[in-house]
Amino acid sequence: MIPDIIMHNLPAFLIAVPMFAAFATPLIGRLGNERVRDAWVLLAMALTAAVAVLLAAQVYSAGTLVYTFGGASPGIPVPADSGGIPVRIIFTIDAMSAFMALIAGIVGFSVTAYSMASQSRSSGRESYYMLLLLLTVGVLGMVCTGDLFNFFVFLEISSLAGAALVASRVDRGVAVEAGLKYAVLSTLGGLLVLFAVALLYGQYGSLNMALIAHQMQFTVLDMVALVLLVTALAMKCGAVPMHFWTPDAYSMAPAPVTAFLVVASQASLYGLFRVVFTLYNVTLNYSLVGWFIIIIGVLSMVVGVTMALPQKDVMRLMAYHAVSQTGYMLLGVGVGLAVLGDETLMSTFGLTAMEGGIFHIINHAMYKGLLFLTAGAVFYRTGTRNLNQMGGLGHNMKWTMVFFIIGALAIAGIPPFNGFASKLMIYESVFLFNPFLSIIAMVVSILTLASFVKVFHSVFMGPQLPEYQDVKEVPAYMLIGMGILALVVIVFGLFPQVVVDGLVAPAASALVDQSSYIASVLGGI
Amino acid sequence: MDPIATLETGFGYWNPLAWLIAFVVAGIIAWVIWSAGEKGYRKGTEQVKPFLSGNAEPAKGDVHLRAGNLYWGFTEALSGYYERIVPLHSGILNDYLLWYLGVTALLLVAVIGMGI
Repeated sequence: MIPDIIMHNLPAFLIAVPMFAAFATPLIGRLGNERVRDAWVLLAMALTAAVAVLLAAQVYSAGTLVYTFGGASPGIPVPADSGGIPVRIIFTIDAMSAFMALIAGIVGFSVTAYSMASQSRSSGRESYYMLLLLLTVGVLGMVCTGDLFNFFVFLEISSLAGAALVASRVDRGVAVEAGLKYAVLSTLGGLLVLFAVALLYGQYGSLNMALIAHQMQFTVLDMVALVLLVTALAMKCGAVPMHFWTPDAYSMAPAPVTAFLVVASQASLYGLFRVVFTLYNVTLNYSLVGWFIIIIGVLSMVVGVTMALPQKDVMRLMAYHAVSQTGYMLLGVGVGLAVLGDETLMSTFGLTAMEGGIFHIINHAMYKGLLFLTAGAVFYRTGTRNLNQMGGLGHNMKWTMVFFIIGALAIAGIPPFNGFASKLMIYESVFLFNPFLSIIAMVVSILTLASFVKVFHSVFMGPQLPEYQDVKEVPAYMLIGMGILALVVIVFGLFPQVVVDGLVAPAASALVDQSSYIASVLGGI
Repeated sequence: MDPIATLETGFGYWNPLAWLIAFVVAGIIAWVIWSAGEKGYRKGTEQVKPFLSGNAEPAKGDVHLRAGNLYWGFTEALSGYYERIVPLHSGILNDYLLWYLGVTALLLVAVIGMGI
């Protein structure tokens, strides 16, 4: 049904479709017909999501996919005359990569549909859509590439596109300031990533992750590279104490951009996990590195939620919650790493903790994306993000209120929504590792619920205020964008074991299994 | 693949179907109680107005409890914590850079010094 040329080149199409669409969007915008341009962007993002789904299906059914760009045969990563070195740019897409691409595809399409209406009153939409598509390119490239320099390039693409999108409300000085902060920090982080890549290249003469992982000696230079990579990616994913840019950038960007920036941050989190589990793995002291990730995870959870509680700007409040939720992912995967060397502990709770952390990545992308979109819907109709100036909107914006309730209950870990399932896995597995950590995670969930009760009351409850008497529900496109994410939140919550068995467990296994990753590129070395 | 499979957490389990059944049963009970209630409710009449001991109803905006009033006790009880943590979020880019580079430097010393 689908031509072989597409099925055999899905990794290339995954990048080529949004990239071509991005550069063609300004040209199509010049035609002057907004509907044609909007249809073009929506179609491009739908195709990208479809390619991500097809690719994920291929990887989950047939195993890790290796795709060599520029090679006579994309499936052969090591040319016969290269001395056993994979010299070309290679995408190595295992279940973890496919899992992340799936997230980017779903959220990317939802935010694009939402943007059709939410950005309709803004100027410069060609640039906006072009940057949104480029951000998608960056995220997809980061999660699919098996080449370190290539990872840096895609990291830069996503950082620059993200910074420009944060500053896209050029009529607001603070938005430009937030974009500048994001750009400067991202550039410094990118520079240190590049330096780390250079250190590894200087030693091993290759940029391929599998080859470097295979030859890793863990010299002093490797240690320096590890620290530079881990801190840069932890900063990019918003881990405490390097999270300060997050509330500034997330609160000032247009809501659909913020929803997708969550996925971009998760791509950095993926990078952090990839470095630790795939690039270094056996050379590490699992316990020490695992505890480092656990500590920044717990700090992120606690600082994020306590900073969220007193906030009065709804987007800023949600941004702090994004920091807090990232902590859960770090905690789950950190516990898995801490016991990676002990087969008994790994099978007793380590793998479940990792699965919980990875399950939380997709759940968080969906419900946090949904929550940011509901905040954007409220801003679209009221023109304010200040919770003190809102109230009674539930009378007029019933669908938005329902979507908000779904997202809020999911983030607070209330059954039967998806956040509950992944948090339960984290609580119970982490409890076996260290009960104190599990109790902290539960207390943070209670505070999260308290925080969203405040938002719900302040925005939607209370009498219909005179200033919002004529407020209407948001346009259909925005409801569709929110509806897709809400549907995923509900379905993942009702059938958690199906998601864990089908998507999460293979991703966790792929992340842990360094030797399979290496063998998929280098053969049975 | 069983769509109603129970989620195994390694320590316990969770089946959303059981939750849904309990939710539906509770919903039916709530509906039965509600339907046995007062039938004379008329929307938009005097009876839906709040009774404030005969006083006139304040303006709508005045009775809504705003976000700034919520959780005052919580933040007040943790004022010592908030006095330290809030100023760290200064909004100044130089501070953000210092935190990032500081953590990186600290980790470099720790990792190379300890040889992790």
